[in-house]
Amino acid sequence: MPAVPTVEATMLGKLDWSAIPLDQPIPLAAGGVVLLVILGVLAWVVVKGHLPYLWHEWITSVDHKRIGVMYILLASVMLLRGGSDAIMMRIQQAIAYQSQGYLPPEHYNQIFSAHGTIMIFFVAMPFVIGLMNLVVPLQLGVRDVAFPTLNSVGFWLTATGALLVNLSLVIGEFARTGWLAFPPLSELSYSPGVGVDYYAWSLQISGVGTLVAGINLVTTVLKLRTKGMNYLRMPMFCWTTLASNLLIVAAFPILTATLAMLLLDRYLGFHFFTNEAGGNVMMFMNLIWAWGHPEVYILVLPAFGVYSEVVSTFSSKPLFGYRSMVLATMAICIISFMVWLHHFFTMGAGPDVNAIFGIASMIIAVPTGVKIYNWLFTMYGGRIRFATPMLWSVGFMVTFIIGGLTGVLVAVPPADFMLHNSMFLVAHFHNVIIGGVLFAAFAGFEYWFPKAFGFRLDERWGKVGFWFTFVGFWVTFMPLYIAGMLGMTRRMQHYDVAEWRPWMLVAAFGMLLLTIGVLAQVTQIVVSIRNREALRDRTGDPWDGRSLEWATSSPPPVFNFAFDPDVRGEDAYWALKHHAKQQQLEDHSGPEYQDIEMPKNSPTGFVCAFFATVMGFALIWHIWWMVILGGVGAFATFVVFAWRDHDEYVIPAAEVERIDRINIEERRNLVSLAGTL
Amino acid sequence: MNLLDPQGPVAAANSTILVDSVFIMLAIVVPTIFAILAFAFWFRASNTKARYRPDFVYSGRVEMVVWAIPALTVILLGGVAWIGSHQLDPAAPVPGTGSPVRIQAVSLDWKWLFIYPDQRIATVNSLTVPAGAELNIQLTSSSVMNVFFIPQLGSMIYTMNGMVTKLNLRADNQGKLQGLSAHFSGDGFPDMMFDVNVVSPLAFPDWVTTTAKTDAVLNEDSYKKLMQQGIEKGRPTYRLEDPRLFDLIATQHIPPGPGPELVSDAGRPHSGGHDAR
Repeated sequence: MPAVPTVEATMLGKLDWSAIPLDQPIPLAAGGVVLLVILGVLAWVVVKGHLPYLWHEWITSVDHKRIGVMYILLASVMLLRGGSDAIMMRIQQAIAYQSQGYLPPEHYNQIFSAHGTIMIFFVAMPFVIGLMNLVVPLQLGVRDVAFPTLNSVGFWLTATGALLVNLSLVIGEFARTGWLAFPPLSELSYSPGVGVDYYAWSLQISGVGTLVAGINLVTTVLKLRTKGMNYLRMPMFCWTTLASNLLIVAAFPILTATLAMLLLDRYLGFHFFTNEAGGNVMMFMNLIWAWGHPEVYILVLPAFGVYSEVVSTFSSKPLFGYRSMVLATMAICIISFMVWLHHFFTMGAGPDVNAIFGIASMIIAVPTGVKIYNWLFTMYGGRIRFATPMLWSVGFMVTFIIGGLTGVLVAVPPADFMLHNSMFLVAHFHNVIIGGVLFAAFAGFEYWFPKAFGFRLDERWGKVGFWFTFVGFWVTFMPLYIAGMLGMTRRMQHYDVAEWRPWMLVAAFGMLLLTIGVLAQVTQIVVSIRNREALRDRTGDPWDGRSLEWATSSPPPVFNFAFDPDVRGEDAYWALKHHAKQQQLEDHSGPEYQDIEMPKNSPTGFVCAFFATVMGFALIWHIWWMVILGGVGAFATFVVFAWRDHDEYVIPAAEVERIDRINIEERRNLVSLAGTL
Repeated sequence: MNLLDPQGPVAAANSTILVDSVFIMLAIVVPTIFAILAFAFWFRASNTKARYRPDFVYSGRVEMVVWAIPALTVILLGGVAWIGSHQLDPAAPVPGTGSPVRIQAVSLDWKWLFIYPDQRIATVNSLTVPAGAELNIQLTSSSVMNVFFIPQLGSMIYTMNGMVTKLNLRADNQGKLQGLSAHFSGDGFPDMMFDVNVVSPLAFPDWVTTTAKTDAVLNEDSYKKLMQQGIEKGRPTYRLEDPRLFDLIATQHIPPGPGPELVSDAGRPHSGGHDAR
């Protein structure tokens, strides 16, 4: 006879006091500090009366620039969390030689799982999506994205995922399976706790967010371009955005389906990936990497776009071989879907399959190599200004090329038979993700910060940050290559092999340099905010830019452009500037100012994400009444939004004119100043 | 466990390919890095001697070269990959002297069981093999995935429950090597290191005879005890009762190993990790 569930079990599901890790001081203290900081910030906001401002101007905003900034803020905060995990892991491996170190396995295993999950899904993804949101509509010369409210929903669902991952610090546990949660280890029999559920539901919810962000950006690039902005006049960053978001739209549903199958196994006793009843773990491997490999390019393509913009701007030259770059971008976009098997050559697939996927993986190196050479020749004949974004870009080229080398190396199956899952592999993917994606995130951050906030970042601290991070990266990860060559595999909570030890100590020292680099960048932001008047960018064009985002003021007005820019070629704004210089003055006898309609703010995203958080938490803890509450709430939010009467408001022509005049005045000063030089 | 110090033909061939591939790529990577630094330095804005050429944005010749260099490299490496994948397929035979030794490896939570079906013996966390003979290894897992890897003998391969993978190796020199699991498998994962004793072909039968005298017997019952989650610091040896034990495991006639015991229904279960140490 089945047991009748108790009242507690009905009300609270699996949740009880033992979920709070009172016996584990580290997560509890970490969680406590985070909670205090959050409560402190909230209290400060409420006491100072900033809440209405935050609510009206940010939380409910559907302005792509604001959403972009919030994405980047989320990514930056999560970078600190994921970075703390990294510091703990490096310290553990430095001391856990012939000892247990200071982290027991059940804790260490959560840390590396959380580190990977957070860095990919809640740092790299929101950072690049944030940059794309902020910049792409401006570069396309348009006033908004295709689906502004959906964009806000996408952001807030991503934030929900991040919140749930962090909640696992203090309530329950996180997955102890690695960042891809391979079954059967992640199945209920071997991971009976809530860790994998936290992992899967966070990614399901944020995955929906990423998918809608992708749909929004693809549509924006395809459908909303200003007059004359045909495809082959788009800045490179728009092209890489298009490629990356096409990959999101194609690949993220695979992730959602794969995790859904895993969840069905765990919740309803299905057997997709179990050992028993015909489940097949190799199916999971194939599916997760069919998403996972394109994911790498989802991250790195926008990074390539950032470098293209930065190298061209700071070399004062158009991008070399623009059409070649477009071709290379789209080639990477397509081939990246055909190489997933190289993640498990060692599963015994057979020589033909291994060789074909190995060669396909190498082929990706061709367009990637072309990109490197095109940046190289963009610098050739340039007048290179080494501002911080350019330092990151040159640092990237030197670093990434080594990551590319080791990447092609592990695409050779016999070499991979020795290097699969080793520290060499760990070093390789950090080499391309830090050296490629993170450096681009920092370069883009420095480059577009003045556009977003109206003042530049302090160069001195920026350069300190660059050098510590750059050197720190090499000191941390080159030893891991060597450890991999010495047979060290990844995810070791402790080890007894003497020859690995020295390299773990060097890597820990490198981690210290990386930490100083990050702190220098935090300092840079603080110093810059304090000196913002001195660093003010009045012209809207602090770097002598080339694309349309620099044609408007910094920060841009909510409507971006008073008139739709008319594009006559590549590097639209550069051409405009030079035309204006020749004329000595900008031409104002254009059309009359018109009223502008902009989408109204909407709390849909925030409210929907609130209910999604409730639902996700309830699903993790099997609190079924709360699942229904959250689900109905989220659905109702959308119904209310769908039945809205007015979705736009009008900015009167006079107001547009007033805002635009200020910008023109500043810009006229710039042009006349340039004329005298 | 240095990959560049191979002790068998598979590892030697793998590491040769590894090193050759690195050098093929370095041949273009080093000049490219040099060019990046040189161009960046020479064309700095403060260098008045550098010629500013803002119109240098396309050159058919340069384009041809920049597509050709990586393409040629990849054609060369693609050939290496194709031939290497076939010659060094883990299941490809590795001829040796004397008769091949059959070994059946089972990854347990969290130890390695090595079954010698022809010798009717089994060992845990310690693999003894004769130098020079072909090792025909069949692998499966009692529960979660692991990867069998002896760095100095070469190719690694996954172990999966309900499936059998094949790997052929050969150890050429007598001595002690180390093996490990190269795929994370839970709390006891770092303790899945195992010894590899490569003994002379003459000493191997003696070792077999000595081992066969052990009292401990491996049968379905003792296997089921062994597959419980936990780590094994010792190096137990067994007499093998039924040479078909591996097949019973691989075909799931013996059900997969259990996971951790749930102590409470709450979110943080006690895992085998506690009992393990």
